[in-house]
Amino acid sequence: MYARWKGRLPSNALQFILAMQFTWWKITSIVLLAYAIIGGILLPVPELTQLGETIRNLYYHVCMWFAMMILFTISIAQSIKYLRTGAIEHDIKAVSYAGVGTYLGLLGYATGAIWASFTWADPNNPAFASFGSIMREPKLIGAAIALLIYGAYFILRSSITDMDQRARVSAVYNIFAYAMLFPSIWIIPRLLPSLHPGQEGNPALNFNDIDARMRMVFYPAVMGWTLMGVWMATIKIRYKILLEKKWFTNEK
Amino acid sequence: MRPVAEIASTHKSKQVEAFKQYTALLKKEFLLETRQQHTLYGVMLYIASTVFVIYLTIDAPDADTWNSLFWITQLFICINAVAKSFLQEARGRMLYYYSITSPSIFILSKLSYNLVLMMAMHLVNFLLYCAFMGNLTASFWQFLAIGMLGSMGLGLVFTMLAAIASKAMQQASLMAILGFPLIIPQLLLLVRLSKTAFAEVFRDGVPLQLVLLLVSLDIMIVFLAVILYPFLWKD
Repeated sequence: MYARWKGRLPSNALQFILAMQFTWWKITSIVLLAYAIIGGILLPVPELTQLGETIRNLYYHVCMWFAMMILFTISIAQSIKYLRTGAIEHDIKAVSYAGVGTYLGLLGYATGAIWASFTWADPNNPAFASFGSIMREPKLIGAAIALLIYGAYFILRSSITDMDQRARVSAVYNIFAYAMLFPSIWIIPRLLPSLHPGQEGNPALNFNDIDARMRMVFYPAVMGWTLMGVWMATIKIRYKILLEKKWFTNEK
Repeated sequence: MRPVAEIASTHKSKQVEAFKQYTALLKKEFLLETRQQHTLYGVMLYIASTVFVIYLTIDAPDADTWNSLFWITQLFICINAVAKSFLQEARGRMLYYYSITSPSIFILSKLSYNLVLMMAMHLVNFLLYCAFMGNLTASFWQFLAIGMLGSMGLGLVFTMLAAIASKAMQQASLMAILGFPLIIPQLLLLVRLSKTAFAEVFRDGVPLQLVLLLVSLDIMIVFLAVILYPFLWKD
């Protein structure tokens, strides 16, 4: 088996990298992320006693959720395209972008938990006891709603067997849920008190929230993580389209 | 070239035709309710037993607990009451609708019917709550009005979700999964707004703002339903 493939597979790392399909935006993603990681750790940041060096988490935590929202937006755009054209390719794209978006959302929670345990958690309380009060944060609720919606989206997909119907029904739910998500992201912060930064207006979109030095890393990091997400999604899409073709031709 | 008056008249007759279809479908919903009374009584019994269980498990709730329990109960009632609106439509009957009417008229009739149904259910639920756990509201009528507004919203959202879930397996449980994340903002707004009926003091204009938000959400849902339902309708 291996002998059959030996000649065709790249034999070392360099050949492997050369064999990858590099386009300008993939290279941009690597460069930006390298900058975000190296610059994010080394470049100067404002000194705030309550945050300390954890302020650098901004480059990872905020960017994850930023990229998540961008990927969800791409997903809904693909759903609309599917409803307009009926091409199954758009459905595959919609579900792939939603999947990567959900993954980034979970990473956003993980990075956020690290940050919250340093800044918000009550030092006299074990972390588990603080969870209830931390989770009441409007931004966390917004992210939780988004993740629950896409969780339901995947459950809905798996419970319909017919391919075309699955694509159509899940596209409708995707659009409906997304249209309901935005009012909730806008409404909930105005109903509940919050410790989270960026209380006025929308989080991370306000220029004055972030120090100028941090902006130099923050915006490239957002772009880098988003492009990384798109890259992951394109690989998933290619894989799924190949699977579809394989099933279609009944290949073993 | 047809004269303008004639074009206008055909246009008008189209609207009249659509309205006739709408009223006929709505009439059919109410007629079905009187013919198949077991479903309606089933929902009412569901409310009664839920409230009874809550009454036995909690001694004397304070106003906040009363309020949040009421809305949670209302949410579950909504899922049960609205779920049947699409589940009871057999495949053959949907095919029949397909041949006689258009999807937007069909969904509008469903939306309006569930709206009325949920308002009635709210009345039953509220009266039972008052009977079992005491009327803790400062203003009976205010809470009733807020509840009507809220139940309309719940009914509208879950009608659309019932339409989505009816295409999948395990419909009833799926409706809850699909609906809970979407209903959170409305539920929060409602719990907040109904505190005015418990004599909580608000800043000037805040209750009105909340009411306007709820109404605009409802309008948005109706628009979305009319736009999106045609895609679900095709089988």
